[in-house]
Amino acid sequence: MSDHSPAQKRTTGSGTAFFARSAVLITVALLVLPITFGLLGTLLPAFGYLPVLGGNALGLETFRSLFATPGLAHAAVLSFATGLAATAISLVVTMLFMASFAGTPVMTRLQHLISPLLAVPHAAAAFGLAFLIAPSGYLIRFVAPLAGIDRPPDILIPHDPLGLAMIAGLVAKETPFLFLVTLAALPQVDLIASRRLAASFGYGRIAGFLYLLWPALYRQIRFAVYAVIAYSSSVVDVAVILGPNLPGTLATRLVQWMNDPDLSARFLASAGALVQLTVTVGAILVWYGLEHLGSKLLRFARDHGYRLATDALLRRFSALMIGIIGVTVFAGLGILAIWSVAGLWQFPDLLPESLTLRSWQNALPRVLDPLRTTLVTGLGSTLAAIVLTIGCLERETQTGRAGGERGLLILYMPLIVPQITFVFGLQLLFIGSGSPYRYAALILVHLVFVLPYVFLSLADPWRALDRRYEIVATALGRSRLSVLLSIRLPMLIRPILTACAVGFAVSVGQYLPTLLIGEGRLQTVTTEAVALASGNNRRVIGVYALLQTLLPFIAFSLAAFLPAMLHRKRREMRV
Amino acid sequence: MMKANDRPGLSLSGIVIRLDGKRLIDLSATVLPGEVLTVMGPSGSGKSTLLSFIGGFLDPAFQAEGEVSIDGTNLLNLPPEARRAGILFQDPLLFPHMSVGANVAFAIPPDVSGRKQRRRIGSAILAEMDLQGFEARDPATLSGGQKVRVALARVLISRPRLLLLDEPFSKLDTDLRVQMRDLVFVRARDAGLPVILVTHDEADAEAAGGLVYRIDAEGKSHG
Repeated sequence: MSDHSPAQKRTTGSGTAFFARSAVLITVALLVLPITFGLLGTLLPAFGYLPVLGGNALGLETFRSLFATPGLAHAAVLSFATGLAATAISLVVTMLFMASFAGTPVMTRLQHLISPLLAVPHAAAAFGLAFLIAPSGYLIRFVAPLAGIDRPPDILIPHDPLGLAMIAGLVAKETPFLFLVTLAALPQVDLIASRRLAASFGYGRIAGFLYLLWPALYRQIRFAVYAVIAYSSSVVDVAVILGPNLPGTLATRLVQWMNDPDLSARFLASAGALVQLTVTVGAILVWYGLEHLGSKLLRFARDHGYRLATDALLRRFSALMIGIIGVTVFAGLGILAIWSVAGLWQFPDLLPESLTLRSWQNALPRVLDPLRTTLVTGLGSTLAAIVLTIGCLERETQTGRAGGERGLLILYMPLIVPQITFVFGLQLLFIGSGSPYRYAALILVHLVFVLPYVFLSLADPWRALDRRYEIVATALGRSRLSVLLSIRLPMLIRPILTACAVGFAVSVGQYLPTLLIGEGRLQTVTTEAVALASGNNRRVIGVYALLQTLLPFIAFSLAAFLPAMLHRKRREMRV
Repeated sequence: MMKANDRPGLSLSGIVIRLDGKRLIDLSATVLPGEVLTVMGPSGSGKSTLLSFIGGFLDPAFQAEGEVSIDGTNLLNLPPEARRAGILFQDPLLFPHMSVGANVAFAIPPDVSGRKQRRRIGSAILAEMDLQGFEARDPATLSGGQKVRVALARVLISRPRLLLLDEPFSKLDTDLRVQMRDLVFVRARDAGLPVILVTHDEADAEAAGGLVYRIDAEGKSHG
């Protein structure tokens, strides 16, 4: 009996099949190899091996001097605790809000407020928050006349020693992320029927949702939550802008060593990166325990039949939290914008005495170069990512098999392994190789982080397209390539462009990889903006942070506008 | 090995389709040019997998065996795009990003060269379907019946060897269903195409007037 599997028939000898298979290979290599070699590149110097800098003998010397560094334990605990706290708050807010409002008009309305937040780079959001809550910031200016305050109070915000400002900044950015990831998983559960069923048994909205739907939803978003833990416990840019200074978090300390003019500090940085890896893995393990505790509690409450029928207050609280997050980020951006055009602006005035374009005029000549690097790196990595993603998804279409749980984990790897632990190793490898292709290396490293987001963004719409369109087209005698180019890709033009905008936004927002691979010779708007954090020149910070936000905003606008233009005469393509 | 078979029409021999060992389809039949073979069965019986198998789109989850040949050509040796097995589904599935004219032009075989020539035969088939001057229209603006006629024009112009109909009338209201059914069968007969119609509507089978296979629980078919 011959094998009549259509997949095989369709793929034999076809260029499309070759493209798709290669894309899968390259994608997996891109997701796995940099992490592997990067970790190796970090690991070896940590044990004293780095020939370029004269390290030839393996030993524990480096760790001895690392552990002798004052404040290391404090820095590690700070990273661990702020990371877990930021994740827990973001997830609980997301969960309560989803439980309260999924499927309601409130949700639809707030969704439009939250989605754009994802495009705002972390650094810009952090600066906005800093300008809002600083002692001379906007919030205090609001209450100053009432409270009789005539000079900025002497309090340490942001940069408070407990890292509360930093946690707030992370929550403001990670909640939208978890919100959108959960939103994407929502169609996979039967929301309406479950809600009705729970209500008919007298359960409150939140309790019913948590008992019936949350476990399945959480399983879908688990990797995203781990990515949030990893990010929050090892973040650099947000920590520099909002986090404690002296002593800072572990990651900020590592970056100082990585950029130390005394190159022997790189050994220390390597060993420290391993401590960072331990901290993040530890945080994820503790979280894993919390997951079990949470699910036990949930089952306990469910089996006791707790209805929690009067949950209106909690529901309102969750909406309030989401509202505060949205308003905070947007207000922060607004204040950045005002600062960027402010003339004289004295405390506690709510608006500057005059407006001027001087800050922009001064900054622009200097910003052109970083701007070009940002654009080239963003466009280059996004273009590569979308081609690879299309190839991988095309492979999935041809074989009828998705990557499954394991594929998803590989996809999330670069987001779950802390950047600082393997990008530093890549930097050392890059230096060691003596390669002159710094630009290419930068784009490649960006690609590692852009690729997962582009894939996750396009995968659902790709799989949702009615397969029968392609069947009809193939039956009309068109080759797979022709069907792909003239049916599938044009029909998916909107999600493809959105995925590109997501990828571009991710690239623009990358701080650490740009800092480490660019090594000060390639700067982007983001590295320049974060470098300004210590300088405290609000006008210049306003210009850079705004530029940083403007780029993803333009990308998303184009993604919305172009398909509408292209298909203005096609009604069904407009949605 | 496949024997050379010069008999005109579509020959299905020993077709068995299974899912997880359970037999869904088991039939052998010959459909002469212009004739209709109707396959009837309740929804979920897997009757559509027969069309997927012949067209080359069967999900790998299914196991299939048997031979399909048309006018002596073994179809199963060909990739789906070379089988030229025209398909009409429940929905017209007009490509929403193309004009009506582009939808039809997309199906014109590549050996018809020249923009002018292609446009001319596209317009001709639209005119035959009472859709004269519809070339620039957005498919979304057409009525249900007009959409079915564009879909039919599109499949006919691709010069198919046979026609696979997957409940193509089930979403139409009664009047339109009768009209469209007649139109499709008449056009298929004129073009001398063997047709396989999958349906759960007895009236479809009656109108088709050919052999009827009913799928029972074991996937065995009864003539």
